Amino acid sequence: MTRMPVAPPDADLRALIDAHLHLEGPLLPILHALQEAYGHVPEAARPLIAEALNISRAELHGVISFYHDFREVPAGRHVVKICRAEACQAVGGTSLADAALDRLGVGWHGTTANGAVTIEPVYCLGLCACGPAAMVDGQVVGRLDAARLDALLTEAGA
Amino acid sequence: MRIYVPGDSAARSVGADKVAVAIAVEAAARGMDVQIVRNGTRGMIWLEPLVEIDRGQGREAFGPVAVEDVSALLDGTLVGLGPTDDLDWMKRQTRLTFARCGVIDPLSLADYEAHGGLSGLRRAAGMTGVEIVEEVTASGLRGRGGAGFPTGIKWKTVLGAEAPQKYIVCNADEGDSGTFADRMIMEGDPFTLIEGMAIAGLGVGATRGYVYLRSEYPDAIEVMNAAVRIARDAGVLGADVVGSGRAFDMEIRVGAGAYVCGEETSLLNSLEGKRGVVRAKPPLPALEGLFGRPTVVNNVISLATVPVIFEKGAQHYADFGLGRSRGTATLQIAGNVARGGLFETAFGISLGEVVNDIGGGTASGRPVKAVQVGGPLGAYMPVSKFDTPMGYEEFDQNGGLIGHAGLVVFDDSADMLKMARFAMEFCAVESCGKCTPCRIGAVRGVETIDRIAQGDAGAAALLTDLCETMKDGSLCALGGFTPFPVMSALTHFPDDFATAKEAAE
Repeated sequence: MTRMPVAPPDADLRALIDAHLHLEGPLLPILHALQEAYGHVPEAARPLIAEALNISRAELHGVISFYHDFREVPAGRHVVKICRAEACQAVGGTSLADAALDRLGVGWHGTTANGAVTIEPVYCLGLCACGPAAMVDGQVVGRLDAARLDALLTEAGA
Repeated sequence: MRIYVPGDSAARSVGADKVAVAIAVEAAARGMDVQIVRNGTRGMIWLEPLVEIDRGQGREAFGPVAVEDVSALLDGTLVGLGPTDDLDWMKRQTRLTFARCGVIDPLSLADYEAHGGLSGLRRAAGMTGVEIVEEVTASGLRGRGGAGFPTGIKWKTVLGAEAPQKYIVCNADEGDSGTFADRMIMEGDPFTLIEGMAIAGLGVGATRGYVYLRSEYPDAIEVMNAAVRIARDAGVLGADVVGSGRAFDMEIRVGAGAYVCGEETSLLNSLEGKRGVVRAKPPLPALEGLFGRPTVVNNVISLATVPVIFEKGAQHYADFGLGRSRGTATLQIAGNVARGGLFETAFGISLGEVVNDIGGGTASGRPVKAVQVGGPLGAYMPVSKFDTPMGYEEFDQNGGLIGHAGLVVFDDSADMLKMARFAMEFCAVESCGKCTPCRIGAVRGVETIDRIAQGDAGAAALLTDLCETMKDGSLCALGGFTPFPVMSALTHFPDDFATAKEAAE
C-alpha cells in the first residue's frame, strides 16, 4: 500500500539539510536523516538538497535510486527484513522466507494491504552462526523457525 | 558478584536482552549485590546467550541461558560449562586481534587500558611515520578484507604521497555472508579499531578518518559512535592524540544497503555522496582516494589488529602463521554447523579441521556437502579439498580464496545448481552497473543456469565461457569473482547440474 504523506514544510527540510552541510560528503548523512525523520526521502526535499549541494536533480536521483535503503514512499508500520544470504540458506532460510511471503500475500519489497508490514530481503545481518536471521524494525532476531517468524508477523499486525 | 551478559547483536538476536533484564529483576528481588556487564561475545555463538558469572574466582560460563534458567543461575544450581578460559574452544585459539572481545566492557576505556589497550598507540606516538610503517611491514600483516594486500606497502605509498590532507578510511561494509568478525569487534572491542586507525593516521600523516559502516549493523553503529565520543573526550582522538602533539580524529558514516560499496573505490564514491560505482584503478586510492586525496583504505580486522602489533611488537605477530600468511586468521564458522562462531588461530590450520573438528560438522547431523569460503564471491570447497590449509596462497592454488575468512557450511541437502544461480542473481542485484561483464553477465548467467536446469546440453559450456569473460573483463571483484562460486559448484558437483538434463533426455 502506498500512503502519500503530506509534504513537510520547506523550513523543516532546510533546517535538517543545513545541519549536515559542515560535513565532508554530506549527501548520505542528509538522506539518512531525512529518512529517519519522515520514513522516506520526501520529494519536496529534492530541490532543496540539489540547491544546497550544488548538484543537479538528476545526479541526486541517481544517488537516491542507487542505494537499497532509501525510500521514495514510506514503508509499512513495521519493516521485516529477512536474510536471503548463503549462511541463512544453509539452515533453511529460503523456505522460511517463502512461507512468510506466502502468508503476507506479497512479494519482496511488498507491503501488506493493511499497511502493517513491509517485507524486504537483506543480504546478511552478520548473524551467520545463528541463522536463519531477520530484523524487525532494527531489532535482530536469530535462530528463526516457522513458528517464531509467524509470531513476529502476527505481533507486527500482519 | 559480576555477571556478564553479552550485548553483541548475535547474543541479542537470541534473547540476551531478556536474560539480562531477568537477572537484574531477580537479583534486585533477592537483594543480591550484582553488577551486570554487557560485554561483547566470546565468539561461541552456538552457546549464546552465554552468561558468565564472576564470584571473585574467575569467570564461569553458562549457556545457552534462557529466561527460565535465571532463577537457578542465581541459586548457583544451574549446570554450567566450567571456567570460560578452560573451554576447549577458547584454549585452542590464539587470540591476538580478539584478545579483549567478550572479556571487557566494550565502552569502558579503563577496562580497555587495563587489558593492554592504548599501549600500542602510546608506543607509536614516540615513533616517526617511517618507523610506524616499517613496524606494520615487518609484522607481515595483509589486508583482512579479502584481497590480502600487504598493509605496510599500502601505508608506505600513502606516507610517501604529498598532499594537504590525507585520510584513513576503514571499510566496515562487511556484506559477505558468513562473515561477522567486523561486527563482533566493533560491538565487543570498539576502541581497538579506533586505536588502530589513530596509529595509521600517525603513521602516514593523515589527520582524518572515516569508518564506513553498513546500515545493516545498527548495534555496531551505536557502539562505534559512543566509543568515538568517549575516545575524543579522553584525548585519544583530537588535536593532540595521547599527548603526542599530533592530530587525528574520525567519524562513523553509515552505508545505505549497497553490497558493492564494500569494494574500496565504490566505498570512496559513496563516502563522497555519490552513487557507489566502482572507479577504475589506477589511480590507486593510496594516491588519489577520498576527495582525490591519498587514502589508506583498510578492513576493520586489519586496522583492529594494528594495536596488538604495536603492543607486542611486529615479530611477535609475524611468528604466527604459514608461508606468506603471517599472524592469525579470524575464522568465522557459520551456516549449517554444530558449533558456529569466531575462532582466531594462526594461519595454516586445514579447512577440514576447522569444519569437522572445531565446528563439529553440520548442525543437521547430515554429511557436509560443501563449504563456501570467503563470502558470496568465494568458491564452494568440496570435502575432497578439506586438507587445504587456511592461507592466501594455499587457497588460491586450490581454486578458492579465503577472503574475509568466513566459512559457510552446507549439508548434503544443498542444491549446488541453486547456489550457483543465487550467486549470479546476487551479482545482478548488487552490480553497480559500471562494467558490462558484471552488469549484463550476471543476468545472462542466471538465464544460462536456468537453461542448464531445463536440460539444455550446450548451456554448461556457455556458462563456463561467460564466467571466463566475467573473470577477465570485470572492473572489480563483484563481477570478477562471482565465477568462483558458480564454477566451483559446476566443477565439483556436476551431479546437481546433470539431473535435470538427464531427466529431460
